[in-house]
Amino acid sequence: MNKHTIKKDWIHNRAVYLMAIPIILYFLIWNYLPMVGIALAFEDYSARGGFLFSKWIGLKNFVDFFKSYYLVRLLRNTLILSVGNMIINFPAPIILALLLNELENQVFKKVIQTISYMPFFISVVVICGIIVDFFSYNGAFTILLTKLGLAENKDLMSVRSYFRPIYILSNTWQGVGYGSIIYLAALSGVDQELYEAAKIDGANRWQQTIHVTIPGIAPTIIIMLILQIGSLLSTAMEKILLLYRPLTYEVADTITTFVYRRGLIDGDFGYSTSVGLFNSFVNLLLLFIANSVSRKYSETSLF
Amino acid sequence: MKIKESPGRIVFRVINVLIMIFLAFACLAPLLHVLFASISDPDLLTQFSGGIILWPLYDETHPATLKGYTFVLRNNALIMGYANTFFYVISGTILSVIFCSLGGYCLSRRGTIWMKYLILIITFTMFFHGGLIPTYMVNKYLGIVNTRWVIVLMGLISVFNIIIVRTAFQAIPASLEESAQLDGAGHMTILFRITFPLAKATIAVIALFYAVGKWNEYLNAAIYLTNRKLYPLQIILREILIESSGTQDFDLATEAGNFSKYKKLLQYSTIIFATLPILCVYPFVQKYFVKGVMIGSIKG
Repeated sequence: MNKHTIKKDWIHNRAVYLMAIPIILYFLIWNYLPMVGIALAFEDYSARGGFLFSKWIGLKNFVDFFKSYYLVRLLRNTLILSVGNMIINFPAPIILALLLNELENQVFKKVIQTISYMPFFISVVVICGIIVDFFSYNGAFTILLTKLGLAENKDLMSVRSYFRPIYILSNTWQGVGYGSIIYLAALSGVDQELYEAAKIDGANRWQQTIHVTIPGIAPTIIIMLILQIGSLLSTAMEKILLLYRPLTYEVADTITTFVYRRGLIDGDFGYSTSVGLFNSFVNLLLLFIANSVSRKYSETSLF
Repeated sequence: MKIKESPGRIVFRVINVLIMIFLAFACLAPLLHVLFASISDPDLLTQFSGGIILWPLYDETHPATLKGYTFVLRNNALIMGYANTFFYVISGTILSVIFCSLGGYCLSRRGTIWMKYLILIITFTMFFHGGLIPTYMVNKYLGIVNTRWVIVLMGLISVFNIIIVRTAFQAIPASLEESAQLDGAGHMTILFRITFPLAKATIAVIALFYAVGKWNEYLNAAIYLTNRKLYPLQIILREILIESSGTQDFDLATEAGNFSKYKKLLQYSTIIFATLPILCVYPFVQKYFVKGVMIGSIKG
């Protein structure tokens, strides 16, 4: 690439580069500038000193976090909520897609699909409002669980042992239908001739599913799995912030919600930035590990 | 050729249909509960302890009522939240579509030297970001905390959408654009007269996703706004549904001042009132969402 081609490129594509300016600016300001702000993690931030003149304290924020009793609590809660969520809510849409695929009446299938996507479009505040109401004293689900002998009739949102199942299963309710779309798309792409061949070999429907369907959609499953593992530590804080309360912090407080509380409510910017940085770093690490493991064993990878 | 089905297969199909019916019921039941409760009699509703409501609660002395909705419509905070949300959704969607198209157009230009680096710069942000507090600091230094700008600007341009638009633009035959160029059209003309109209379907999907996301979003407002006049609907909803503090905004003066009697009715009516736009539009647009997932999955 010499000077001449660069000049020619500029003359030809000047307008394109000018059009890119707002986009570049946006990403610089809201994505790269905050990366500079990560320096906060190494500062004893004070409002008077601001970002530039607060005291530089090196790794002290991290050391404080690793020594504090929060480390164990936050990691435990984050992992239990996200791994639990993954164990239930990763396979659920796949199973739903397989079951939907077995329906032969297309109109019925369409109706079920349309209904099952609907919860996905309801706002998290409304969902949580409904959850809080349904699990309150005399709430619809509290009564249901009481009748089944699984709970007492009281405000279950304040009972620690209910938080995790409520969080995970309400995610299932909201996401299973919508999550199945991508697998249905993958299913429609499986080569029909493979089924014919399997039938000739005498495979029944179940064997066809195991030997043709599942391998057919495996690449999609793996990509989705890598993406999920990459965000293992970033629990959806919107929902937890709405559902948890001081009584359930012990089981519900995760890294992201802790950063929100410590940083924005208590104003402890330096400390919470360091916790957030720790979180992003572990996520990135997990993503790379998942990606390379997958590349090695299944030849499917994100990058 | 129709092969006779084995008994096992028939049993499976029956069970499968039953599972699907149960699933559909499970998806709808909570929403039906809210809908029917919102038109029930407030006294019966407060005393009710029978689980899920699948029919409005009323009897001879306690008729079903739309009273909840009349209170909702007289709640100024809610109405203002509605108006604010409309503003954020409409302005955000328009700007987002414009900038994502610009980005997608730039990145889809073949034969430019520097654009491939821009793609790297942009995709890197998908995997690593500064985090909550540094982003907050940036907005604070920009002076946009507690203004409408911050709500519109946060999440305005998403990497994912730019890549989707770029893919759609790349699918347009280069010859179309070249012939326009020969006719003397500049890049802006090509983008808005040729490329943009040809990728209409994809753009519509992106706009729809963005609009619904914006309608439902509350976290940015919770982080950046303290001025009640700027609150979007979801923050008001949080006050009414989760914190229960928002029920004070209802004008109950004429109703013998009994908050606890109306609390549930008001909450249910508020949910329906706030979700109505989504539920009304949903049946018509859901096929675009399905399409959106497909587009995303091709080149994610």
